[in-house]
Amino acid sequence: MVNKNRVPKMIILTAPLLIVLVIFLSILYGAKSFDPMTVWNAIFHYHADNQDHAIIQSSRVPRALGALLVGAYLAISGALMQGMTRNYLASPSIMGVTDGSVFVITLCMVFIPSLSSYQMIFASMIGSALGAIIVFGFGSLIRNGLSPIRLAIIGTVIGTFLSSLSAAIASYFQVSQNVSFWYNARLHQIDPSMLKLAIPFGVIGIILALYVSKSITILSLGEDISITLGQRTKYIKIISMLAVIFLTGTAVALVGKIGFVGLIIPHMTRFLVGIDYKWVIPCAGIVGGLFLAICDILSRFINYPFETPIGVLTAIIGVPFFLYLIRSKGGKNVV
Amino acid sequence: MSILRVENAEARYEGNVIFENLCLDVIKGKITTIIGPNGCGKSTLLKTMGRILKPKFGKVYLQDQDINTLPTQEIAKRLTLLPQNPIAPGELGVEELISYGRYPHRKNISNLTTEDKEKIEWALEITHTLPYRDRPLGSLSGGQRQKVWLAMALAQDTTVLLLDEPTTYLDLAHQLDVLQIVENLNHHHQCTVVMVLHDINHAARFSHEIVGMRDGKIMATGSPHELITADTLKQIFHIDARIMVDPSNGSPVCFGYESALAEEEFVLHKEKENVAT
Repeated sequence: MVNKNRVPKMIILTAPLLIVLVIFLSILYGAKSFDPMTVWNAIFHYHADNQDHAIIQSSRVPRALGALLVGAYLAISGALMQGMTRNYLASPSIMGVTDGSVFVITLCMVFIPSLSSYQMIFASMIGSALGAIIVFGFGSLIRNGLSPIRLAIIGTVIGTFLSSLSAAIASYFQVSQNVSFWYNARLHQIDPSMLKLAIPFGVIGIILALYVSKSITILSLGEDISITLGQRTKYIKIISMLAVIFLTGTAVALVGKIGFVGLIIPHMTRFLVGIDYKWVIPCAGIVGGLFLAICDILSRFINYPFETPIGVLTAIIGVPFFLYLIRSKGGKNVV
Repeated sequence: MSILRVENAEARYEGNVIFENLCLDVIKGKITTIIGPNGCGKSTLLKTMGRILKPKFGKVYLQDQDINTLPTQEIAKRLTLLPQNPIAPGELGVEELISYGRYPHRKNISNLTTEDKEKIEWALEITHTLPYRDRPLGSLSGGQRQKVWLAMALAQDTTVLLLDEPTTYLDLAHQLDVLQIVENLNHHHQCTVVMVLHDINHAARFSHEIVGMRDGKIMATGSPHELITADTLKQIFHIDARIMVDPSNGSPVCFGYESALAEEEFVLHKEKENVAT
């Protein structure tokens, strides 16, 4: 058991270094590339009238941080959901959580357009909760509805329904232009004021997630076993769901919908560190953050000098992985 | 003396009443086996006793304390339940799974104490799972896996052990192995055991007390000799059983049986024939 913890410890120890490296690369390269000296000066000797400095401070830095945070938030949400439900297909985008967020954000843009960033995050969190409640509600109503494939189908159906409804409302009230931002995540349009809020909200979510992480391991042995071992399963599930709502809600409010990160990163993480959620949760955050930040850097070069939407990249990597999961684990209800 | 008592319990599953007004006393230090046809409520009763299902009405008492008022972690120190066919991630290591049995005894510190380690070692030993302690669960056979789950339950170090069909899907040798572990626990460690079994011969051989259920009702309780009789088995399973006593250990054995319904039809058929002639 001592040897088994080597990988997660290595990931956590090397994380700061890798994160700094990725942030640095993300700032350096893009439609316009900078030399390291300019970046250094832009951060530590900022001149407001220097155009390069302005780009770096107002666009590149928030973008790099945003990609890291959103990747981490979605990956942790996915890991929590997969562990809690023992469903290998559970993730914020498949279970209707992100669509719920976009739906409520759309409603807000139509009916209360002057929303502050702060209220926007709240609206998004309410939406996450709504999406999750509808999907899991349906899942519990239908016999065996919480089995992996069925829950994924219910989630996809409800998610598509919510996003169609959002699109209809948006076009009826002529706010499609604004709403499309949340459908095709655009990391390069991150609002710095939103980013500042996303950090404390996300930190709350991460603290909750770490708090339940060990209990999630027990829960992943099955509900009966978990009760037998004296765990308060309802309490753990509520805390986990709160963490998912905080994390996914914040991520969607920040950049909109990004698929597949919440699905594939937890699987990759478990492959690397094993199935103890004490390690899976923090490592999924690190791997997810790095993954999305690297995807974001790549997205600038696939069709240079034009940006490829990040969702295209995550889907290109995510879809084959999704199919592989169904093929390799389809018969078993084991996470 | 009763260690676990079910009083006027009613359980429902998806709105259907599984049993109502059910009472049962589990005698301390004995092995009690619940037998009965599929869907008679055996597992539901076991789950109700293990607080996995909350009874709609009625109460369950563990050592004279209402389990509804006891903190769940406190119950976990005294009672454990091994569900039917539990599934864990295949990558999980054997020893790791067993160590989760210590969960209710652990404080917030994540490290295992010396006592934890001793209990894990003891559980490995008593279930004969030592040879594969370092292997992942996915690499084991069904029988080996079941013993590992049993070891996890034992690591929990409780006085009451509830086992839901612990021998299902196991070959003859592994079935015997599991039941002998249970017997050993009862003899040498004063464990009170309640289990659900399908094999009435195993029930007869390994239990002190047998509870026969049908359609959510307890039809009969008693020692194997009182319960494994042609009459009671007919009541419980609607079979005509041929019973003899195993000369090697004196327990009753059902060595053959016919469906009682088929025989009734046959008799009816005969009577009709007689009437016709």
